[in-house]
Amino acid sequence: MNNIVSAIFLAENIKKIEIHAPRIAKKRKAGQFVMIRVSEHGERIPLTIAGSDPEKGTVTLIVQGMGKSTRELNLKKEGESIHDIVGPLGTPSHIENFGTAVSIGGGVGTAIAYPTAVALKEAGNHVITINGARTKELVILENEMKAVSDEAYITTDDGSYGFHGFVTQKLQELIDSGKTINYVLAIGPIPMMKAVAEVTRPYGIPTVVSLNPVMVDGTGMCGGCRVTIDNEIRFACVDGPEFDAHKVDFKNLSDRNRMYLEEEQQSVEAFSHKCQLGQQK
Amino acid sequence: MDLKPMTTKERLAIPRQPMPAQDPKERIRNFREVHLGYTPELAQREAMRCIQCKDPACIKGCPVNIKIDKFIKLIAEGDFLGAVRKIKEDNILPAICGRVCPQEDQCEKVCILEKKHESVAIGNLERFVADYERETGNVELPEILPATGKRIAVIGSGPAGLSCANDLARLGHSVTVYEALHQLGGVLMYGIPEFRLPKDIVQAEIDGLKQIGVEFVTNTVVGRSVTIDELMEEEHFDAVFIGVGAGLPWFMGIPGENLLGVYSANEFLTRVNLMKAYDFPQSDTPVFDCRDKNVAVFGGGNTAMDAVRTAKRLGAEHAYIVYRRSEAEMPARKEEIDHAKNEGIEFLLLMNPIAFIGNEQQWLTGVKCIRMELGEADESGRRKPVPVKDSEFLLPIDMAVISIGNGSNPLIKQTTPEIEVSRRDTIVVDINSMATSKENVYAGGDIVTGGATVILAMGAGRTAAKAIHEKLAGQAPDFDNE
Ligand SMILES: Cc1cc2nc3c(=O)[nH]c(=O)nc-3n(C[C@H](O)[C@H](O)[C@H](O)COP(=O)(O)OP(=O)(O)OC[C@H]3O[C@@H](n4cnc5c(N)ncnc54)[C@H](O)[C@@H]3O)c2cc1C
Ligand SMILES: Cc1cc2nc3c(=O)[nH]c(=O)nc-3n(C[C@H](O)[C@H](O)[C@H](O)COP(=O)(O)OP(=O)(O)OC[C@H]3O[C@@H](n4cnc5c(N)ncnc54)[C@H](O)[C@@H]3O)c2cc1C
Ligand code: SF4
Ligand code: SF4
Ligand code: FES
Repeated sequence: MNNIVSAIFLAENIKKIEIHAPRIAKKRKAGQFVMIRVSEHGERIPLTIAGSDPEKGTVTLIVQGMGKSTRELNLKKEGESIHDIVGPLGTPSHIENFGTAVSIGGGVGTAIAYPTAVALKEAGNHVITINGARTKELVILENEMKAVSDEAYITTDDGSYGFHGFVTQKLQELIDSGKTINYVLAIGPIPMMKAVAEVTRPYGIPTVVSLNPVMVDGTGMCGGCRVTIDNEIRFACVDGPEFDAHKVDFKNLSDRNRMYLEEEQQSVEAFSHKCQLGQQK
Repeated sequence: MDLKPMTTKERLAIPRQPMPAQDPKERIRNFREVHLGYTPELAQREAMRCIQCKDPACIKGCPVNIKIDKFIKLIAEGDFLGAVRKIKEDNILPAICGRVCPQEDQCEKVCILEKKHESVAIGNLERFVADYERETGNVELPEILPATGKRIAVIGSGPAGLSCANDLARLGHSVTVYEALHQLGGVLMYGIPEFRLPKDIVQAEIDGLKQIGVEFVTNTVVGRSVTIDELMEEEHFDAVFIGVGAGLPWFMGIPGENLLGVYSANEFLTRVNLMKAYDFPQSDTPVFDCRDKNVAVFGGGNTAMDAVRTAKRLGAEHAYIVYRRSEAEMPARKEEIDHAKNEGIEFLLLMNPIAFIGNEQQWLTGVKCIRMELGEADESGRRKPVPVKDSEFLLPIDMAVISIGNGSNPLIKQTTPEIEVSRRDTIVVDINSMATSKENVYAGGDIVTGGATVILAMGAGRTAAKAIHEKLAGQAPDFDNE
């Protein structure tokens, strides 16, 4: 059981949760994640460590309510607890002074990219951040991102805030402006990551993405998180989650992530039903 | 003390006593244990079959040299608790080993009766007395020697780690077991299904260790959450035992392995056993809905049998074993193969998959196989399967489970590079002490041998415990002994 020290919504359906987990707080590096189980019969789900406070012994997670497990987590309040948390897992981000580094976050991917953007800044990079959301209300971590960026851009699909368009359009604009870009990190929905990979490919800009396959143990035991990189099987929980974007088979990843669509639906329905019953009481 | 005056001839006239089991038609609809266990009468009758050899071959066949003749004699005399005490001198997990040891390759293989009659059912007897002890509430807490002040960290809570922790705790050392998962027990919990090894038996063993003071810390991946060096230097452990088991599953490297519906055995079994996916949606973790579907499991070991029988229990219409050699070469326990057959598992032998086929939506629809024939023997003495020309055919299936073994988990190697590993990434140890190349660090079980057996892992844990004790006993009990 791990205590929830604070829990606040950053945007609709996106919650920032600080959990007491001293060992993880001390050890974690940018790019790593934890596996959590919200309750006793819960799934083990992976969530990136968005930040930590080793003194307080806490780690911060930023969670988007997708299905049953993440919605259940998002209902948790300060003072409550989660059943299990294990980590830090995965290979930390490769950080060096590349020169100019662009960090691109889409949706909740912004939260996953944030710790790596911090580390890139600390390593001396000129950091440019591009953070996209569908609409103004869904923009998260704006101030945090600004604080670590030499240049910070927000994009919205509907133009309600910042640049009107997709993150890739903004990236293309930067490339076209003649800026030398030495490194790109892109984290967000699969179509976004794939699109970024295609933008940078012709220029040969090293591009890294963080993959989100379905995981079970997260410790390198089950083989469920396998992804196809350069036509070979790799395991995201131990070899990743970050991989060279130009070598990732994105189609295979998005196909495999559809494996439990029906069951997920069923879970959510059962869960909403339970919640409503709970509220009636 | 003497056995009832019974002649050898009379003993040999008693047939081997089968163990009562759930009816196959019934059991494929539940996850309860297949075997129901001997009654005291059956156990005694079986024990009478043992002719009490002067130089019992069976003992040499057991990897931990249980005094088999002696414990069986005690059963024949009706002293069941005496028998289990005798076993526990050498094997601390008899309820488990009695159930899962490959007896036909070990103790029972060399039993003198094996050739002309059937061997004594040593495993069944072992399990009977262990169950008897537990079920009658007679498990005694072992004697614990006075505290030594020494602290040992055990990494992994599978049979290797549990047995090492047990011995060290009894010798008066303070032991902490670190486990990566949220549940203790290793493969005994997440791999081997309930119908073969009830989880409350494993839990009872773990509870016993808690009672003698062993501390367990779950959700801690050594190498990531804390390193071996940190355990030794910052948390002042005097010695470390590594029992992290085997690692990532192997895949076959054929087209279509990433289609939806293709699992590794580890993933399939972990979802069902550890995450209780059979109880979805009461349990949150889903697994492919096998009901009325065709499932094929590729491989011929215990893991493959567990996977295919699990699929059958989840409602599969056809559940196949696809194996590239013949039944004689199958590494699975004979009993599991027999049970699988009784449960209607279909064995497609001398067949090898060459490609998985999927539909538009990337769901698995079938597997292309080729027939094999046995050629010449290879270095291991097994006849090598070779493909039969133009014998390809398509087997329609909806789910596949690949069960061809595991590699080694890379974490310890990555994070403690001074521990020497083999070319296959298994940890290299001195077999007499289980000492690794790093001072005061020991290892045993599947991480040393590659995928092996419960009894070998248990034996390795005990060998290491003895060596750790001898090493530490020579040192004064302080926390600073570089
Ligand atoms: C390394 C990694 C880091 C992640 N970091 C974050 C993060 O910081 N914040 C965040 O909001 N989300 C993150 N995710 C995604 C998050 O794990 C999933 O949204 C979550 O598991 C969905 O579970 P659910 O029951 O709520 O939804 P479901 O309804 O079960 O699933 C919704 C979708 O999530 C994916 N998913 C389901 N179960 C799993 C699983 N066990 N493992 C991985 N993906 C799964 C599937 O693609 C599915 O279609 C991360 C994923 C990975 C692999
Ligand atoms: C499905 C299946 C069926 C089997 N059937 C049989 C059978 O019938 N008979 C038989 O004799 N053998 C059988 N085996 C083999 C047997 O289970 C293994 O040989 C045995 O469990 C090995 O024991 P171990 O202690 O070395 O490792 P494991 O049982 O694998 O335990 C290792 C433990 O260490 C944990 N761990 C791993 N890495 C870390 C880390 N970095 N930090 C902390 N903890 C970690 C793991 O989570 C796990 O709990 C079977 C195996 C499988 C998979
Ligand atoms: S531990 Fe295994 S090999 Fe040894 S006697 Fe028991 S069943 Fe036989
Ligand atoms: S070899 Fe067989 S008959 Fe002889 S002592 Fe052992 S179990 Fe008994
Ligand atoms: S999640 Fe099981 S191996 Fe990666």
